[in-house]
Amino acid sequence: MTKSPTAPASILPLYLDNVWFRGRGNIPLIKDFNLSLSAGTRTMVIGPNGAGKSILLRLCHGLLSPSEGQILWSGSKGRPKAQAMVFQRPVMLRRSARANIDYALSLHAVDKSKRGDIIEDVLTKTGLTRQADAPAHVLSFGEQQRLAIARAWALNPQIVFLDEPTASLDPSATYQIEELIQRLSDQGTKIVMTTHDLGQAKRLGDEVLFLHRGRLLEQAPVQQFFEQPENDLAQAFVKGELLWWKRGEGSRRDPKHVR
Amino acid sequence: MSEITTAFGTAISLIFSINSELAQIVGLSLYVSICAVLIATILGVPLGASVALLRFPGRGPVQVILNALMGLPPVVVGLIVYLILSRSGPLGVFGLLYTPTAMIIAQVILVTPIIAALSRQVIEDLWAEYAEQLTSLGASPLRAMPTLIMDGRFRLFTAVLAGFGRATAEVGAVMMVGGNIDHVTRVMTTTIALEVSKGDLALALALGIVLLSISITIGALAQLIKDRRQMKGRA
Repeated sequence: MTKSPTAPASILPLYLDNVWFRGRGNIPLIKDFNLSLSAGTRTMVIGPNGAGKSILLRLCHGLLSPSEGQILWSGSKGRPKAQAMVFQRPVMLRRSARANIDYALSLHAVDKSKRGDIIEDVLTKTGLTRQADAPAHVLSFGEQQRLAIARAWALNPQIVFLDEPTASLDPSATYQIEELIQRLSDQGTKIVMTTHDLGQAKRLGDEVLFLHRGRLLEQAPVQQFFEQPENDLAQAFVKGELLWWKRGEGSRRDPKHVR
Repeated sequence: MSEITTAFGTAISLIFSINSELAQIVGLSLYVSICAVLIATILGVPLGASVALLRFPGRGPVQVILNALMGLPPVVVGLIVYLILSRSGPLGVFGLLYTPTAMIIAQVILVTPIIAALSRQVIEDLWAEYAEQLTSLGASPLRAMPTLIMDGRFRLFTAVLAGFGRATAEVGAVMMVGGNIDHVTRVMTTTIALEVSKGDLALALALGIVLLSISITIGALAQLIKDRRQMKGRA
């Protein structure tokens, strides 16, 4: 397949090169990450609380800067625009659902004449056409999360980071969000998502990143990870054991699997 | 006791008969305070939002000064404005002393720090909530400023009401720069002070009742806005 001359240049793969992130008191929260995220696949980031999953997403998205190392988008530094993030608790401006999407488009300098069609399109895709003119902050939590995805979708991102987008949702709302993530992925958007729900990671993921205490202990295809995790901490995590007391990195897996 | 009762009765009749002198004083008071609060809002809200959102050298001292200025002694402000507007002062050529404009200037100086400091707190709180999302969407703090002012408008209105309360209740500064001239610069507070010193309690009481009613209305309005905001938040 030849690339259209007008198609935007791909910002992927995303490389993390010896990335460290230190929090208050110089405490390392992300330790020596070497990672490559390529286009197309759905990457599930899992691990116990405090593993550094959300920080990893914020570093990749550009909300945080690495203390050491560098983050490269298709070999270049900087924060490309063709990416979006959906938070666990999305913040909605005190205006209508439609205006919230319009605001995001205006920040991305999308021509005013084109915004209407884009907004209608994403509202339809996310099933929010009836709520289009309702104040966004009075929508149900599930609807707000769908709106957050619609807002991200409208920006036509090549990669979307989702930080536990279904953590506070009931099964029905979770199903709707998962379906939207599938559709977003089907149209070619790279998905990087944190979750505590191992079933969800199995349903949605192509590959898994397993983090523990700020370190990437395993990067593997989803089936391989859940059937035969190579790291013993990952194995314990998959079995549902509590890891909070476990220190160290477990047994190191074959380095060829982790860049 | 009977004297107070009589004065109170006269005050009530002054209010309900819409006494022209009383109406003029109340009208001028509202004019001066509303103009001052409007100007102070235009200056104070962006100033407070800038201190909340932007990082610039001297931001810390600016915050301290803003907070300190909230408690500016009105007579000191009156004195400074008097010196600036007096004939020998730097702005003496404009002949503004003992005019409503001078009173507005004094009130702007008193009210702007109140609105700015309260706005800073409102915008700072809102930014703590919105920062990640707006930054993620590509908004810089400067670009986020109008958005935060728009979204925090109800809370900011409460700050403006606090400024209006201060303006209407102020007496020292407007007395000094306005001169309390009958039919020119006489406002509610200065009239009350004058009439009490003259022993004419009826007009003073009538104005006191009006002033108190304005204060209660402002308080009720602020509460109403707060309740509506909370109801919307719960919905």
